[in-house]
Amino acid sequence: MLDLVNVEYDTLIPNNVNLSKDKRVQKALEKWHPGYINWWNDLIPQDFQNSLVYLRTAVSVDPKGWAKFDYVKMPEYRWGILLAPEVEDRTIPCGEHYGEKAWQEVPGEYRAMLQRLIVIQGDTEPGSVEQQRFLGKTAPSLYDMRNLFQVNVEEGRHLWAMVYLLQKYFGRNGREEADDLLIRSSGSEEAPRMLGAFNEETPDWLSFFMFTYFTDRDGKMQLESLAQSGFDPLSRTCRFMLTEEAHHMFVGETGVGRVIERTCQVMNENGITDPYDINKIRSLGVIDLPTIQKKLNMHYSLSLDLFGQEVSTNAANAFNSGIKGRYMEHRLDDDHKLGDATYPVTQLEDDKIVLKDMPALTAINMRLRDDYRRDASGGVGRWNKMMAKMGVEFEMKLPHEAFNRDIGVFAKKPFDPEGTLLGETEFNEKSKDWLPTSSDADFITSLMVPCVEPGKYAGWIAPPKVGIDNKPGDFEYVKLHIA
Amino acid sequence: MTVPVKQHLIDPEICIRCYTCEMNCPIEAITHNDDNVVVDFDKCNYCMACIPVCPTGSIDEWRVVKTPYTVEEQFEFDELPGQEEFEAGASEEQTGLEALDGEMAKLLAEAHSGAGGKAKAPASAGKASINLHNLGNPAVMTVQGNYRLTDDPSHDVRHIILDAGSLPFPILEGQSIGIIPPGKDDNGNPNLPRLYSISSPRDGERPNYNNLSLTVKRETDGICSNFICDLEKGEEVKVTGPFGSTFLMPSDPNAKIMMICTGTGSAPFRGFTMRRQRTNPEAATPMTLIFGARTPQALPYFGPLNKVPENQLLKHMVFSRQEGQPKRYVQDELRDMVEEVAALLQDENAYIYICGLCGMEEGVDAAMTTIAESFGQQWHAIRDRMREDGRFHVETY
Repeated sequence: MLDLVNVEYDTLIPNNVNLSKDKRVQKALEKWHPGYINWWNDLIPQDFQNSLVYLRTAVSVDPKGWAKFDYVKMPEYRWGILLAPEVEDRTIPCGEHYGEKAWQEVPGEYRAMLQRLIVIQGDTEPGSVEQQRFLGKTAPSLYDMRNLFQVNVEEGRHLWAMVYLLQKYFGRNGREEADDLLIRSSGSEEAPRMLGAFNEETPDWLSFFMFTYFTDRDGKMQLESLAQSGFDPLSRTCRFMLTEEAHHMFVGETGVGRVIERTCQVMNENGITDPYDINKIRSLGVIDLPTIQKKLNMHYSLSLDLFGQEVSTNAANAFNSGIKGRYMEHRLDDDHKLGDATYPVTQLEDDKIVLKDMPALTAINMRLRDDYRRDASGGVGRWNKMMAKMGVEFEMKLPHEAFNRDIGVFAKKPFDPEGTLLGETEFNEKSKDWLPTSSDADFITSLMVPCVEPGKYAGWIAPPKVGIDNKPGDFEYVKLHIA
Repeated sequence: MTVPVKQHLIDPEICIRCYTCEMNCPIEAITHNDDNVVVDFDKCNYCMACIPVCPTGSIDEWRVVKTPYTVEEQFEFDELPGQEEFEAGASEEQTGLEALDGEMAKLLAEAHSGAGGKAKAPASAGKASINLHNLGNPAVMTVQGNYRLTDDPSHDVRHIILDAGSLPFPILEGQSIGIIPPGKDDNGNPNLPRLYSISSPRDGERPNYNNLSLTVKRETDGICSNFICDLEKGEEVKVTGPFGSTFLMPSDPNAKIMMICTGTGSAPFRGFTMRRQRTNPEAATPMTLIFGARTPQALPYFGPLNKVPENQLLKHMVFSRQEGQPKRYVQDELRDMVEEVAALLQDENAYIYICGLCGMEEGVDAAMTTIAESFGQQWHAIRDRMREDGRFHVETY
């Protein structure tokens, strides 16, 4: 019997898609594999490649088997092709083909659109690993180092997932696109990654936590929408990726939370009640809360740009053709076609922000961005609760969606974080209070010294409440290779 | 009278609201509002599918409650409520509850999760008492003996006999007790009890004495196992429990019992075997034991076991590190016993018990899958049916 839950480990590439029976794709992937390993080996510093990292690897895609923990050297991590189990008689959940049987092959008329969506998604995965390549050297603990590497290997696996789809379903074009995913490189002059947010280096750990909280969350929303695709192999791929993506959200939310917690703790220990007493707080070796807010402002606004134009015919076409659904499409209670429906979209009229009802079909991006904002505000609320509990009077806030934007109706307009339009000069004068400056960055960088003794944490971050895989506090999450 | 029940909760201070548990719950027992992700008590069937997928560990929380928290009440949680106190000795005959103590209930839920669903006691099993003694009111027992069972320097396994004196401490074979190691943990709180399977039968390590035995392996850095393995005769130990009300043996002497274990997982099966031996063994159907260890020297009770007659216990001992022999594991033995096992799987009066290190059930699972296929059936369907009947039990740590 064909076993679609357990993973085939007998081939070079672990998979649950019966790869050994599909010689053409197997050959294509095996040809791609050395390039991938080279990419990985060139990327991550050599000492870490030889270290034993306590990682989880999926041995099957059902809930019982996908989180097996063990020590592994990263280059020996079993990157593979894992799809969520096929849902019997699945139908297309949205658009004009609503209710028809889901496609197992690429529908000819949507080939180009599908391929483009998969390439864009695929391009972000290696991009983020490239951005984070130097962070291992300044890890605030072995626990955090492990989390970084777990995120990295899983982003690597997500690249595999997209490459499989390209090679299996998109012929020669797909193979070329798969090769290009290894050629483009984050921040490169000649061949940068496709989306802007993936071309900035992640310079420090607070940025990494903010990135995993805000930018990976965009990835999660995109995956949620693609998991609703009428193209079943894409849907199944994304559904399994989402389970892994949850860990990335966790790293971000608890990471930022632990930085805030540590700052509040040090403030309390030293009797500091004014969170704006920045110099004093910084002199104690922790990151002041207003600076954390500035980092939040930047990462949130950059991430909003990833949702594209508020009104978009591309997004409308993808939805209408059943290629990409909405967030939690199956839980929405409407006709899933949006023929006459409208959706309120923020627009700029004579420099005033107004909400206008637009055809819901063209407002798909706006809607996903709204879902994102709601999702992202949850963690912010929990950080605030923690500060209140610790008796520190400060609240983190998501800035207004018009603030610091490069894409969409607010692009390049000098709005402040409250959503008030300012003059260019005033904005430039005040922006140092809203966005991290180079001296903020220098200060944060100065704190980034590695702490690699098991159970110890750098002074600017609190230990986690619970260990990974329920391990005790002094567990050696990474057995460092000492050259 | 309200009967206490075990409730699965999520820690709202640790949870990040990724909803992965909700998406993985096969029966939609998990739901959320803007604040919290919660488990609906009326729907949850303890299948544990949500546990491994949680990235935070917030999902693995259990409370024993008189009245379950409703979904609405859980939406209002800012933090997890503490475990309510119960009168010592509350009986739980109707509920099938394992322990009236959140921490112990959690340990047992995890140990039993390898069975793939909610554990049930055999229909003819005795009625177990639980939680006669808790942290606030532990039983004090005296060490009557501490014997080394293995002849392998890296495997120090001990047979410990504890005497309860005049204290009532009724147990059944297969139950566990908590041992409270002295001292404090890293956070300065008194150490919590660790759970150990009882390895003696209900009428005492020695018939009609109020004592019981444990089988404990010394673990490097193990706070409690080192404490126990170093105990000397006459010392006193604080004990909680007993716990567990499903991993029990059927009273029916004709029940066909297959016991699969590794290492100290043999503890409950020693109890099972002794119970059979003390109750008319000639009239009973022999039980089958499949016991895996590294070497005969590392197999607890190797000597005494060999003396149990074959008409009472069919013994299959398998060794994974015996010099000059290929490595063999319990699943290899099962595969070799295909006809015998296949007959058991199709027998309505057959019981299977698995006990040992966490993960061993996977090898057994694979072997059972092959064996079930040999007669054209699905192992998981058979397993689920047996579990529902109280005839399939897993306890792995």
